[in-house]
Amino acid sequence: MKNFITRLAATAVAVVSLTAAAHAFDPGATECIAPANPGGGWDFTCRQVGKTLQDLKLVPGTMQVTNMAGGGGGVAYAEVINKRNDANNLIIAASSATSTRLAQGAYPGNTMDQVRWVASVGADYGIIAVAKDSAINTLPELMDMIKADPTSVSIAGGSAVGGWDHLKVLMAAKKAGIADVRTIKYVAFDGGGEAVTQLLGGSVQAFTGDASEAKGFVDSGDIKVLAVLAPERLEGDFASFPTAKEQGIDVIGANWRGFYAPGGSSDEAYDYWVNAIGTVYDSAEWKDVMAQNGLAPLNLRGADFQAFVADSVASITDISKEIGLIK
Amino acid sequence: MDTLSALADGFSIALTFQNLGLALIGCFLGTIIGALPGLGPSNGVAILIPLAFTLGLPATPALILLTSVYYGAMYGGRISSILLNIPGDEPALMTTLDGYPMARKGMAGEALALSGIASFVGAFFATWGLVFLAPQLVKVALLFGPAEYFALFALAFATLGGIASKNQAKAALAAGIGLGIAMIGVDGQTGVPRFTFGEVHLYDGIDFLVAIVGLFALSEVFIFLEHRGTAKATGDASDIKLGRLTPPMSMLKQTVPTMARSTVLGFIAGVLPGAGASLGSFISYSVEKRLVDKNNTFGTGDPRGVAAPEAGNNAAAGGALVPMLALGVPGSGTTAVLLAMLLALNITPGPLLFTNNPDVVWGLIAALFIGNVMLLVMNIPMVSLFVRVLLVPPRYLMPAVAMISFVGIYGISGSTFDLMVMVFFGVLGWILRKLDVPLVPIILGVLLGNQMEANMRRAMTISDGDWSALFASPLSIGLWLFAFFGFILPIIAGRFFRPKFPRTDSEADPD
Repeated sequence: MKNFITRLAATAVAVVSLTAAAHAFDPGATECIAPANPGGGWDFTCRQVGKTLQDLKLVPGTMQVTNMAGGGGGVAYAEVINKRNDANNLIIAASSATSTRLAQGAYPGNTMDQVRWVASVGADYGIIAVAKDSAINTLPELMDMIKADPTSVSIAGGSAVGGWDHLKVLMAAKKAGIADVRTIKYVAFDGGGEAVTQLLGGSVQAFTGDASEAKGFVDSGDIKVLAVLAPERLEGDFASFPTAKEQGIDVIGANWRGFYAPGGSSDEAYDYWVNAIGTVYDSAEWKDVMAQNGLAPLNLRGADFQAFVADSVASITDISKEIGLIK
Repeated sequence: MDTLSALADGFSIALTFQNLGLALIGCFLGTIIGALPGLGPSNGVAILIPLAFTLGLPATPALILLTSVYYGAMYGGRISSILLNIPGDEPALMTTLDGYPMARKGMAGEALALSGIASFVGAFFATWGLVFLAPQLVKVALLFGPAEYFALFALAFATLGGIASKNQAKAALAAGIGLGIAMIGVDGQTGVPRFTFGEVHLYDGIDFLVAIVGLFALSEVFIFLEHRGTAKATGDASDIKLGRLTPPMSMLKQTVPTMARSTVLGFIAGVLPGAGASLGSFISYSVEKRLVDKNNTFGTGDPRGVAAPEAGNNAAAGGALVPMLALGVPGSGTTAVLLAMLLALNITPGPLLFTNNPDVVWGLIAALFIGNVMLLVMNIPMVSLFVRVLLVPPRYLMPAVAMISFVGIYGISGSTFDLMVMVFFGVLGWILRKLDVPLVPIILGVLLGNQMEANMRRAMTISDGDWSALFASPLSIGLWLFAFFGFILPIIAGRFFRPKFPRTDSEADPD
């Protein structure tokens, strides 16, 4: 405890001198909103980045993590826009799920340009996998089976219908030349873990999820990864698995993780946060966190990140219209 | 015996002063967190994660702290169930049915001590199950596809009749209300919002804790307000009997078979991801009622009705660690939080966890044993402290209950909307109590209804809408048979064997 107090004091001193030199902006007591219950991906993003910010002495003291669950992130989104629009000490965890819901109008009355998109801290690329004893060995084989008889393949994923795990499969199927993607059987489970269990139990034929969700099962050899939905092969344990692109199906499914800030925050505050998150991203500590958690590089900051989110919202809007999720 | 030597290694890791201290702190905090309405094991664990980070704890001590909180909260949930008729968390719901009537009869001390012992038995044997059976049990979890889960939930509903009320129709009505509440929110199988009225706060559905705290805690406060000024409300504390603080041997003897059966059932329910502790305590109670409730004493303060859900839910807590450790799949909300903690500590949960991180796994299991013994030792003497809550006059107690409810619920989501929902449920609970409609089936409807529907829809998607898929595997046929006989037998048997004389102590919910 004494150690902790000393560290806290040291942090405070360091931060005061550091921020005084580097930026004119002092964030004060910082806060990160995780728009979900503790234990999920957004909570993890806030806590890990908060811890790294603290360890690198980029924020004074500890960053407070507030869990604001509800509406798949919509409650927090509305709260930030309506009540905390000019808060300068606040960032909010976001991911592909945020842009998916924004694209599908699942945050009623809110759009992506009502907040300022700060930076990404990495991406979790999608995978499509089957059980280890499955006869299917490549992604085109799976797609051919679906083409021949859509009822023969059930695909399990951890998100609801219309969610990111579902959309990834649909995008791949479209690229593989399946005309009516609505015929694809997607079964929604509560999280990737449950979905993989059903794959192992034989209730479903294929699994769609993120690389990090499947890592434990890939290591143990219980599942066979057909394709990684990344621009190029991943590093580490996943290096031996081909990308979808290599197999002629040009699709990328990146579940990015990052932050947004309130739309009315000052330019100084925005620059401060872009800088701080960027410094975290560049640090050796964060490299370790990424390696441990199966996060692949995705380094977008400030205006680049804003454009990236706008892009992904636009493309998700297109495919959601196509499958009839939105009009 | 590889397993035993690995366990011995685990004990050598866990038995340091620091780890024992952490286990003690965790057990104590967990008990308090569990006892407070609105704060359950998953909040408790989540609240303490930053503490573990801040203290810079390595993986094993951090896990020891958090699992102690987890087990402690599972113990603590029963305290307010028994003393105040307010479940401290979802799994402790069933304990209100017989625990509170026992307390009303002046047997609060016995009820608390007995439930402490039942919790110990459940958790202790479940931990042994975890030690020896984890790899085999994983195969059981894999047998359960959507169709089998649907049959399992159908079994749970089939045995619902008669629980918590003498009036079956009212119990069915209450379960129906619960099922209706469960439908609120975005439907995962189509992505379409139902009964949300464009209100974004309702997209994720109604949180069980909000419903429980509203229905039980706030409605209690409303009842108190209604009776204010009367002798009952101002509470003359002197005529409350606390009873003895240890259960008599005869009571223990009577409940041993109950604890044994409930431990097994609870453990199995815990092992199935997607079933969890609430189903464990519910199935334990309803099966026990079916098996041994010859004189219709369940629901009126039968010690076996206290022992069954407590052994069941604590065994389920141990069981839920099986899929978490062996598959990396959380079997409950709390294990989901623990799983996130493991990830943050650079440990990849999954089938290889036992091979790659044996020190973590066995250290954790040893810590569970230690925490368990600690909880028993701590809880029995504390019974005398807990029962004093009953001596607090309601005019002080009720405002405190209201305050804790509001703070606890606000703490979950940080949104005032949930507070309004809670007040709504408080009023609903007050009205339903006036109408003598039992509250427990409502919560069961909310808890089980969602899962039941989702699994049926999954099964239908997989089978292209072919209903026969629900009865396709031997396991699901077996579960359906149990459900069928569980539903039919009491109706037939009840007609012939039920004692004809009316019960003298048939006082309903004592409002």
